[in-house]
Amino acid sequence: MLLMTLRIALRALARNKLRSFLTMLGIIIGVGAVIAMVAIGEGAKALVRAQIASLGTNVLVIVPGTVTQGGVRTGFGGVRTLSDSDAKAIMEEIPSVALASPALRQVNQIVAGNLNWSTVVQGVAPEFQQIRDWQAEEGRFINQADVDGAAKVALIGKSVADNLFGNEDPIDAVIRIRKIPFRVIGVLGAKGQTGQGTDQDDVVMIPYTTMQKRIMRITHVQSIVVSAVSAEKTQEAQQQITSLLRQRHRIQPDQDDDFFIRNLSDIAEAASNSAKVMAILLGSIASVSLLVGGIGIMNIMLVSVTERTREIGIRMAVGARSRDIMYQFLVEAVVMAASGGLIGILLGVGSSTVLNRVAQWPTLISPEIVALAFFFSAAVGVFFGFYPAQKAAHLDPIEALRYE
Amino acid sequence: MVQVEDLIRVRDLHKVYRMGEVEVPALSGINLDIRRGEFVAIMGASGSGKSTFMNILGCLDRPTSGTYFLEGQEVGSLTRDAWAHIRNRKIGFVFQGFNLLPRASALENAELPMMYNGLRGGERHQRALEALSLVGLEGRLHHTPNQLSGGQQQRVAIARALVNRPSLILADEPTGNLDSKTSRDIMELLHHLNAREGLTIILVTHEADIAAYAQRQIQFRDGLVVADKRSIQPSAISG
Repeated sequence: MLLMTLRIALRALARNKLRSFLTMLGIIIGVGAVIAMVAIGEGAKALVRAQIASLGTNVLVIVPGTVTQGGVRTGFGGVRTLSDSDAKAIMEEIPSVALASPALRQVNQIVAGNLNWSTVVQGVAPEFQQIRDWQAEEGRFINQADVDGAAKVALIGKSVADNLFGNEDPIDAVIRIRKIPFRVIGVLGAKGQTGQGTDQDDVVMIPYTTMQKRIMRITHVQSIVVSAVSAEKTQEAQQQITSLLRQRHRIQPDQDDDFFIRNLSDIAEAASNSAKVMAILLGSIASVSLLVGGIGIMNIMLVSVTERTREIGIRMAVGARSRDIMYQFLVEAVVMAASGGLIGILLGVGSSTVLNRVAQWPTLISPEIVALAFFFSAAVGVFFGFYPAQKAAHLDPIEALRYE
Repeated sequence: MVQVEDLIRVRDLHKVYRMGEVEVPALSGINLDIRRGEFVAIMGASGSGKSTFMNILGCLDRPTSGTYFLEGQEVGSLTRDAWAHIRNRKIGFVFQGFNLLPRASALENAELPMMYNGLRGGERHQRALEALSLVGLEGRLHHTPNQLSGGQQQRVAIARALVNRPSLILADEPTGNLDSKTSRDIMELLHHLNAREGLTIILVTHEADIAAYAQRQIQFRDGLVVADKRSIQPSAISG
């Protein structure tokens, strides 16, 4: 029965090929636009998410707090209470924390052969690699043995490598920091500039123990970089770190923290929210065109019912029930909408691929949205086909047979 | 003598149309029995109520009051869907204007009623072929209506009326759009179906020579039966 209804519908649509196509065009453009716009929106969202992830949304930075001595407030780092054992305790005792690494930094003049370069020297632990998701492009990262032995090894950033070694291979070369020779064990992958224009690749990393003992000659750490197990857990981690550090630093309830915790999640949230708003906006504008396509179907189906009044009368006279007539027209509308939807999907996927290849726009096509678009176009057919089909089904057979 | 069952039994049938405030009576109390196997011509001027009566017999229209029994079942008050079922199984229509689907072939037109009773494709095809050869169109199966003459189109319509093996054929001015030669051919065919196949046929016409093919002529005037004549041998059929 359904197969037969489908055949009748296809034949009725084939009878007026141009008209059927033009009607379908509304749905084709609508679905195509939805797919392409959502692909662009999702692409932008994914790009923003990737950018934020490269900043580390789940990263917290603990810096020493301020103290006021005789009315003079020091800046951040004025106290020297943070230690590498704080970092270990945070990592081991707080479940919402994945990794923690002490971090120290100082600007130094680096010498390699007859060239020299001023850059930031960072003292870090092996965990730093994962926290900042920063791999060694060549060679290896600092390991635990380097930290334990305060080894004189260094990883150099891309910009440092370019400026000190040019085209030469820097691995195993010797650089001097404050006249102390360091063996280069790796080159860091390029990270590019931060939003403020700082070149992240202009850096040298050495074990934090080496930094403390040989370069800075201090025993405390300047900051601790922490990664929470997930971006959602950042808030929780921050609270737990606060109470742990207060306890470790023996801070009385009425005293202020002697440290400060910074996080990037606010920025991340704002950025991903704006990407989401854009995706919703694009999607809803495109949905309007799908709606217009649906109205086009309703319009043509109404014309079709009027044109075929006599046919409806004949079918009723030979025994078609109201619902047979209704199905016939409903199936016709759905066939039109769904095949328009299919072509629209091809068009949407095609155009977003072209946009991606030619204009280099980030696009992302999810199978869910394709399935949803198809389902939605069929639903448009049912919704906008219903009234005309209902109208056909309730025609009076006597009137319909007399219709010229 | 064996009691012959009435196929149609109509009692005190009234139909009133409402035109705004005015009530226009179309049927004013019809009583009529038609037996199985009869060939009946209903005659009358336009406005006599014969078309209204045919619509009610055909389960297309509802009487205002009165009863209509078809094969012993009261059908005047059934639902639309029940009517569709009766039209499909028990009644075959033949119209003045043929009323074929213009883009479908003779075969497809003949198959149309079987689309609505769940018969399989093979069975549909078989029955449509049989019906078309019964009306002498076995050589025109794949012609569309505009490739057929008026007489041939009416034959397709008759084949369509026959495929579900109805108990009643309702023919509303079947020769109204045909020339006199073709009209005679069609009437011969209907006579043949009545005489050989035992089909009950009710024919509406205003032409006396067409009505002469029937064994019984019923005259309508102002919504009432005014004459009901029977003849053993229809006057139009000689020998």
